[in-house]
Order: sequence, then structure tokens, then C-alpha cells
Amino acid sequence: MISVYRVALAALLIGLWYVGAQTGVLSPLFFGHPTKIALQVVDWFRTGEIYPHLAVTLTETLLAFASGTAGGVLAGLWLGLSPRSLAVLDPFIKAANAMPRVILAPIFAMWFGLGMGSKVALGFTLVFFIVFFNVLQGVREVSPVVLNGTRMLGATRAQLLRHVYLPAAMSWVFSSLHVSVGMAFVGAVIAEYLGSYRGVGYLILQAQGVFDVDSVFAGIAVLTACALVLDTIVTLAESRLLVWQPRADIPRDS
Amino acid sequence: MSALEFRDAVVRFGDATILGGASLAVEPGEFVSVVGPTGCGKSTLLNLAAGLLMPSSGTVRSLGKPVAGVNREAGYLFQGDSLMPWRSARDNVAAGPIFAGVGKAEARAQAEAWLERVGLHGAGHKYPHQMSGGMRKRAQLAQTLILDPPILLMDEPFSALDVQTRLMMENELLALWQGGGGGGARKTVLFITHDLEEAISLSDRVVVLSAGPSTRPIAEFAIDLPRPRDVAEIRHTPAFQTTHARIWDVLRDEVLKTYRRGVAA
Ligand SMILES: Nc1ncnc2c1ncn2[C@@H]1O[C@H](COP(=O)(O)OP(=O)(O)OP(=O)(O)O)[C@@H](O)[C@H]1O
Ligand SMILES: [Mg+2]
Repeated sequence: MISVYRVALAALLIGLWYVGAQTGVLSPLFFGHPTKIALQVVDWFRTGEIYPHLAVTLTETLLAFASGTAGGVLAGLWLGLSPRSLAVLDPFIKAANAMPRVILAPIFAMWFGLGMGSKVALGFTLVFFIVFFNVLQGVREVSPVVLNGTRMLGATRAQLLRHVYLPAAMSWVFSSLHVSVGMAFVGAVIAEYLGSYRGVGYLILQAQGVFDVDSVFAGIAVLTACALVLDTIVTLAESRLLVWQPRADIPRDS
Repeated sequence: MSALEFRDAVVRFGDATILGGASLAVEPGEFVSVVGPTGCGKSTLLNLAAGLLMPSSGTVRSLGKPVAGVNREAGYLFQGDSLMPWRSARDNVAAGPIFAGVGKAEARAQAEAWLERVGLHGAGHKYPHQMSGGMRKRAQLAQTLILDPPILLMDEPFSALDVQTRLMMENELLALWQGGGGGGARKTVLFITHDLEEAISLSDRVVVLSAGPSTRPIAEFAIDLPRPRDVAEIRHTPAFQTTHARIWDVLRDEVLKTYRRGVAA
């Protein structure tokens, strides 16, 4: 029943948009035209024009996600287990996290050029902090009973790290997977939009330059679809990886 | 040589003196229970024996050697859930051998055997959150016993269980202990509880701790009830009831002191 309402709502909104565009109430110059947008999307995929751009954007997303997660896990484990280092670095971490990091995009473009490097770098800074803070929290909230229990079983420090701290931290990382994958994607697209020569963000930038609002919307539609696909993959991965957790916190729709 | 020996052990947390010079010796193969009012320092005493906590002064010895760092001769059954939630029952039980360098396949085979001995046959694939409280305690027991430690430290292991499960597990514990656990010599058990009936029905000796602060053992009673015992039935024997009355006489005063100080509130 819910899904019927959903489809109806989507149809209503697009219908209104269509009528508005047809009658000129919504100026096609600013709001585009649903049919033209759809045709543009179809055209991109039919000619294959979109594929190299899509591949670039998704590769950047993947690299940003992987490097940001790895960096965040390592830094989180290290600082979570070393309160002194954390105390020293705390103000720096706070400052780095508070900084609007999108503003780093031009600097990364200068450092790493207009290719993938600068996109991955921006995505990294976005993903890193999400993962870092989650791992820090995970390390701090490891149950002392589990920790002592494992020590009594003869675990060495390295084994504690591998068998207690890491899994505890990973459960927090997984719980933030939706956000961090989303951020990797956002970082890639924004960096492309701010300066690049390929990628879906670049397509949008190009279209905007010639006031082709239909292509801008088409690009947005493709990005949204990609984000939804990524989100679905994360949801599937989650239920695989977190079998050991009680699932009460995850609502299931009927 | 005692299996465990506390000599004038003092534990302070900041200004608070929790243990005030506790002395106690547990002989090899002996089953000793420690009872005392809530919050008096029972877990603290056990943590000393486990090497998870160092005394502020005094000494703790395990099989003659001073305890420094985690006591590898002791297994610890915790009051709370100590199973790793991200490991199945079988992998939790196999953890100790794996940490010690035993191969995965071999460790898992051993774990399956131990799961069976504690009555968890066929439940090895379950994760802790999929098990009942009683099953988790059984898994914890198997996880500890698989390493065959000569000393067993148990901190109110059954206090969270319902009465029937509890009686059953107490009997199983006694059976495992009398059978020598892994097959070797009978283990030395230091068992913490606030349940006097549990203490008497299981033990060779019951030690009463004073109310905190500055807790120390104030009395001990040998339990001369015949073994093997059935923990449910033995409670109805006159010998049990006279022993209970004698110990309760001492324990009651300490419990009342604790209540009067409002510690138990
Ligand atoms: N790490 C700590 N820091 C400060 N105080 C502590 C610490 N651990 C325990 N205490 C205090 O020491 C006292 C004894 O604690 P302990 O856990 O040994 O009591 P217990 O007899 O096991 O209590 P219970 O019957 O509730 O299990 C308590 O008053 C507690 O508040
Ligand atoms: Mg306790």
C-alpha cells in the first residue's frame, strides 16, 4: 500500500512539473522540461556518452571511500588507544573537522591537478572524519567486561586489537556506512563541478555553461539514481556484515 | 603451597579504601565461596586474583608465584556478558586456543566438544544476542574451561539466571568440577556470590566479608556436607539449615551495616 502512495506522489509531482512546463507557468529556461530531461538521459545512455563520465565519478567515489575509511580506522584506533596523543591532537582535529572542507577543492586542484587525484582528496577529507569519529567512539565504548574476558583468555595486545577493538570499531563504521559512502560521492561530484575535464559533475558544469538546464537536470537525475544504487548496495552489505548484531534498530518496511 | 593466597591486600580507589588488608588462602582443589554485602568489594577481590587489578599494598600469589599482570593460571567467569558479540558461540569458545596458537580447525573441533559438554550441542553457530542468558553462561563456561586453567574465578556467574536454570547450572558446575573439568586434577574454585544458599550448597568453605569500606574476611565456615551433592535437595537437610543459620548470623550484621550506611540504596 505504501508503495502505491509513493508512486502516486512521484507521478503527481512530475505531472505538475510537466503541466507547468507545458503551459509556461514554470519557465523551461529555469526549470527544464521533464520530457526533454528524460530524453537527454536516454540519449546519454544510448550513445554511450555518459559511461566514461560515470566510470570516472564512481571510481573517484570508490577510491575516496576506501582511502577515507582506511585512514579513519587507523587514526581512530591509534588515538582511541592512546589518550595522550588524542589530548595533544584534539584541538587540531576539532579545527580540521569544523573547517568547511569543500573550500579545499581549489587547493587540491592546484596540488593534484584537475584529474581524479583532487576529487579523491576532497572525498577523503569528508569520509575520513566521519569514520574517524565513529571508530573513536567504538574504541571508547568497548565493553570492559568483553575486554577483560578476552584478556583472561590469554589475548596479547595485538590480539586484543585484532579481535576486540577492531570488530567493535567496525560495527560503528558499518553503522555510518550510508553517510560515508554518500559523502565520498558528494566529494567526487562537487570537486568535479568545481574544476575538471570529465565526470558527471563536469557534464553538469558544461551544460550550465551553455544554459542547457535540461542537461543539468538530467545530470542530477543520473547522480541521484547512482546515489540510490550505492545506498542499496550498502544496505545489502550491511545485513551481510552485521549478522552478529541484534537488528531491532533497523526498521523494515512492509 | 596454596593455590591462591591474599596477604594483607589493600585496594584503594582515590580516597576510598575498598579492601582493607584482606588475607585469605585457598588450597589446591578446594571450592571456596565468598559472600558479603553488595558493593563491599567481592569483585575487587577476584580481580586481584585475576591480575586485572594490582593491590595498593600487600601481596597476591597464585600457585606460589606473585600475580603480576593477567593471571594465566586462572580462568574467569564474569558476572556480565563477556562473550565477544561478533563471534558465534563456537568461535567464542575457540578463541582461547586460537590466541595460544592452536590452528583454527583444531581449535574449532575442541570448541565443538566443549559446547557439547556444557549442553550447547548444535548451538555453536549462534551469536550471543541469539542465545538466552543461560546459554550465554554455558558458552562462557566452555570458553573458560577449554583452556583447562588450574584455578577458576567465578563472579556471581549465575545471578542473572532464573531459579531453575540456576540450580541446573550449579549442579552441572559441580559435576564438571568433581570430574576434574578437563580431566586433570580437580580445579581450585574461588566463587563469589551474595546468595548464601548457593555458597553453602556448592562449597567446601564459605568466607564472609565485612561491610565496606575497608572490607576484609571476618569469618569462615567449613561446609561438611557430603559430596556429590544435589544443590536443590541438599537445601532441605537439617545439616544445611544449621550451617545456614550459623553463617547468616554473621552475614546479617554486615548486610545491615551496609543498609544503614545507605550504600545499597
Ligand atoms: N575502578 C573503580 N574506581 C573507583 N571505585 C571503584 C572501582 N571499582 C570498584 N569501585 C568501588 O569499590 C567498591 C567495591 O566494588 P566491587 O565491584 O568489588 O563490589 P562487589 O562486592 O562486587 O559488589 P556487587 O555485589 O554489587 O557485585 C564499590 O563501592 C565500588 O563503587
Ligand atoms: Mg561484583
